[in-house]
Amino acid sequence: MSDEPLAHLDTHVEELLAAVEALNSLEELIASEPSLVGKRSVLSSLQKSLGSLSPEERRDAGARLQEARRRVDEALRVRRVALEQAARDAELAADYLDLGDVVAGGVEVPLGVGHPGIVALTQYALEEVFVGMGFRVEDGPEVESDWYNFEALNIPPAHPARGMWDTFYLELGEPESVVLRTHTSPTQIHLMERAVAENSLPLHAVMPGRCYRRDTPDARHLASFHQIEGIVVDRGITFADLAGTIDTFTRAYFGPDIDSRLRPGYFPFTEPSAEFEITCTLCRGEGCRTCSQTGWIELGGCGMIDPAVFDAVGIDAGEWSGFAFGFGIDRCAQMRHEIADMRALIENDVRFLRQFS
Amino acid sequence: MRVPLSWLSEFVDLPDSLDELIAVMDDLGLVVEGVERVGEGLESVVVARVEEIHVIEGADRIRRVVVEAGAGPVEIVCGATNFSVGDFVPLAPVGAVLPGGFEIARRTMRGVVSNGMLCSGRELGLSEDHGGLLLLDPSSTPGELLTSSLALAPDVVLDISIEGNRPDAWSLLGVARDLAARFARSLRMPAVATPQGEGETRQSAQVSIEAPDLCGRFTLSLIRGVRVGPSPEHLARRLTLAGMRPISNVVDASNLVMLELGQPTHAYDADRVGARTLRARVARPGEVLTTLDGVSRALAQPGRGLGDSGEDLVIVDGDDVIHGLAGIMGGALGEIRDSTTEILLEAAFFDPMTIARASKRHGLRSEASHRFERGVDPELALFAAARFVQLLEESVPGLEWVPGPLDVLGELPERSRVSLSDHDIERALGVSLERATVVRLLEGLNFTVREEGGLDVIAPSARLDVRVGSAGRADVIEEIERLYSSTRMPRRTPSWPQPGGWTVAQTLRRRAREVFCALGGHEVWTPTMVSETHAALTHPTSPRIRVANPLAVEESILRPSMIPGLLQVFARNAERGLGDELFGEFGVVFTHPEEAEKTRRARGGAGGTIEVELPEETERFTLLLARPGDDARRAVVTARTLLARLGLDDLDVESIGEAPSGWHPSRYARVLDTRSGVELGRVGEVDPELVRGASPDSRRLGLVDLDVARIVEAARIRERDSRVRVPNRFPAALMDLALVTPNEVGADQLRRVLLRASSLVESVTLFDVYRGDSLAETERSLAYAIRLTSTERTLSDADVADARRALLEAAASLGATLRSTS
Ligand SMILES: [Zn+2]
Repeated sequence: MSDEPLAHLDTHVEELLAAVEALNSLEELIASEPSLVGKRSVLSSLQKSLGSLSPEERRDAGARLQEARRRVDEALRVRRVALEQAARDAELAADYLDLGDVVAGGVEVPLGVGHPGIVALTQYALEEVFVGMGFRVEDGPEVESDWYNFEALNIPPAHPARGMWDTFYLELGEPESVVLRTHTSPTQIHLMERAVAENSLPLHAVMPGRCYRRDTPDARHLASFHQIEGIVVDRGITFADLAGTIDTFTRAYFGPDIDSRLRPGYFPFTEPSAEFEITCTLCRGEGCRTCSQTGWIELGGCGMIDPAVFDAVGIDAGEWSGFAFGFGIDRCAQMRHEIADMRALIENDVRFLRQFS
Repeated sequence: MRVPLSWLSEFVDLPDSLDELIAVMDDLGLVVEGVERVGEGLESVVVARVEEIHVIEGADRIRRVVVEAGAGPVEIVCGATNFSVGDFVPLAPVGAVLPGGFEIARRTMRGVVSNGMLCSGRELGLSEDHGGLLLLDPSSTPGELLTSSLALAPDVVLDISIEGNRPDAWSLLGVARDLAARFARSLRMPAVATPQGEGETRQSAQVSIEAPDLCGRFTLSLIRGVRVGPSPEHLARRLTLAGMRPISNVVDASNLVMLELGQPTHAYDADRVGARTLRARVARPGEVLTTLDGVSRALAQPGRGLGDSGEDLVIVDGDDVIHGLAGIMGGALGEIRDSTTEILLEAAFFDPMTIARASKRHGLRSEASHRFERGVDPELALFAAARFVQLLEESVPGLEWVPGPLDVLGELPERSRVSLSDHDIERALGVSLERATVVRLLEGLNFTVREEGGLDVIAPSARLDVRVGSAGRADVIEEIERLYSSTRMPRRTPSWPQPGGWTVAQTLRRRAREVFCALGGHEVWTPTMVSETHAALTHPTSPRIRVANPLAVEESILRPSMIPGLLQVFARNAERGLGDELFGEFGVVFTHPEEAEKTRRARGGAGGTIEVELPEETERFTLLLARPGDDARRAVVTARTLLARLGLDDLDVESIGEAPSGWHPSRYARVLDTRSGVELGRVGEVDPELVRGASPDSRRLGLVDLDVARIVEAARIRERDSRVRVPNRFPAALMDLALVTPNEVGADQLRRVLLRASSLVESVTLFDVYRGDSLAETERSLAYAIRLTSTERTLSDADVADARRALLEAAASLGATLRSTS
């Protein structure tokens, strides 16, 4: 039996496993790998010696050899993971810093010129105009239930008007019951509910924020964008107040020579509803390609709050009336800074970012 | 909706100026989105007679054709083959510019000169046909202008967008009605046929409604003597201009009626409808219908839409065989064939919501469903049938519309009735309008108006959008405002006594942004929806908040952190050699309700009747320090500076506890507000393994990640104590103490103890940290500069000595001892 090639296989395997266990560093492991499992290894030479066996014997011996190789490979893998972990632990330990011990005066921080985001910059400019006009600024959440995003705004399920907004739904609760808000209008509902609960009407607020629509991004649209919405609920508020507010804002923000006009539109949560347009800021009303030669550019939507919305939040439409309006912050930025492609806003190239201050 | 002006002008006289018409339509809310001029570019196209046709040597796709166009033979190279000698065809001579701007030039092909082009219907913009040349009437004269031969007037087609609350405007007649009311001109109704002939419809056909809530009206007309063929040229052209393809006279008549009046109709081959009976019923689970588009659809299956129980209304025949999905699309069974001679014409009213749900559920939109889901005038059905017969008669003289068309009613919406006072109008619009004007405008839209003190207004049947009560009042006032003109409305800027302003949180956010910029930061905007890989970098095990219908799988999870987004911004800029910056983002990150500290709950579900759990939204301000030399130390200093500027200068930076995923495990600390103990945020470095993935070189990336709401809360508490201390005039004594301190005692912790050690201690500032050979590994020396001062007197040596003793005792309470100077 002494000429049986695998007579000492078990011994060889034990020796190899011990050798693997004895490896103390990644460098050692890499250096020893060829002699442990490579072409120069004991297992490889045993493989070559199988040629003298009969086919059946060779099959059995081959299987045994393969099993031996698997055990050594596995040991090597485990050892590698352990050594890598040890190396990382050592690196991290050497890196250790008690951040409570950082001496403020001992750390030099470079001086640099910073740049606020174009969206924040535009939003702040808009807010300042509205605060000057007596509006408070309010925030709202980005994820809403369908009730706040739609139904309380007089858009019941399956209402064709839901098609006006391409909605991202979340996999939470019942299907289509939780959405990424498609507009800032649900914040209107939150504010009115709060005002009713706190008995704090009237309400004059603007609500800037991020919204989401399932639009494939292009030069004019991003799947996420920013809107600013305004709401007034007070006694004796009329359509004339809405038109006047839009006009005052337009002139204050875009300049005294920029006019505004309303034309009938449809939003389920306002009635009457209107789209509002402003004098094209590029051609100043002369007519150009951007405004399709009309001299006007559509900016947003507005209208008198629909009695159904007042109903949903429990406001007496006999006593109170109000209006709401909304438009894109990014779109204002695009117009003001003549940004041809909106996608530049999410590219975050520092050469773009550096232009805002 | 495409509106050919030649067609529109049949119903109302239009202004001569197109610009004026467009302006008025815009002002009426019938927004003109496109203006297409058709028939232009045909001015120089003439009629030509084919004289000779010759093969061109070596060419099998083109032939040499000689035509006569009134001025002697013209040689043309032509690829079409659908004509022979003697036929009349259109010729665009050299120099002609065809619709679409294609200019005809003299060309040489295979050595043969072509002096113009013989045209197909599509090349002339007259039809969709591109199979061969447009063959003209044999009675034409060579050389005659094509426009006069075809009696083609140049036309203008307006593309207008109709708002969702204008079901009545989805038709030419509806658009015309608005214009007639605005211009105070009369509206001309189209001519219609009347039933005639033998017998009564009920003797040969039956109709019934088994779901009266879903089908409000079902009319059925039996029409005999039909011959299916092409529509007359002018009707086919009308359809083409309106954007629909002519198919056959029967189908075309149905489509023309829909475009003209807004009422979809459906024509069945009467012989293919079992027992000549049609019924409207709810589909049963397990039933299947193959619609005309060839798709097999399982019916009565609950949909994904909120509150969608899967109710399908189907039209079945006397053998209960399903013929169509009501109001959306028919099946092939009852379809009109060339051999059809008798038709059953369905004109019905279906519940808008049912159609909307089914159309969405089956992903099946048609011109019909589009109109039904908005609400078709329930009174229109038989008028539409009469118009259908009238149009079909043009190609089938002697057509017989059997008297007594069937008309079965289900539950019909009632016409809304609204009371309206002059005060209501003024209260809404801010202007008082003359009573006579209001009445004229409303009556122009077919509202019934009775004056009884105020106005008693009944909406026309076409206006299902008009509601009742105060909402209905708003609807009617909107119509008045719209017809009167928004641009003529007065403007008044309101004012109120309440001041405008920002919340504390907003003010703080603004200030934080300013400080960030002052520190050299670049504000970026990274995606809210991220990939699994991104989410796993910082939150390997948290439950994901998934988007059910993402645009791409890389944007399918609501971000749990902004760190991966910032790393990506750095990596992209670093690729261009522009990454050496301080980046930061103000934004919201999301936590699954299962893991949320405080689960947000809100009304949800159909009718707002159930409670839904929403993700927790945390506003964070996250900074990535990527300049050369940036590291955890700079992150600490940056965070301290920023927070101090927001009034939070009493902080604990604690390097204890395990770092979260994504952070450097041994260079991480929590930042706590000392007074409240609240964690305001975290500072440290990005895990070196992540840096290797993001950075082209080996560098450290500092991180500051702050919780905005907690900062606001801490700052709010801080602001309540707005007293300041006036520094006293007595000289201060300065003292440095180097204290050997166990590692587990924080520098801030020790500083605070020293501060309280004696009433004389004015301030304590850490100025040096030493670790090294002379000290054990478990300790380090912290050196503080201490200012002592009294509000009452100049300090004596004894005072200073007492204070020093007190300071050392306090230090000893934390295990810190004076470092020996030897
Ligand atoms: Zn312009």
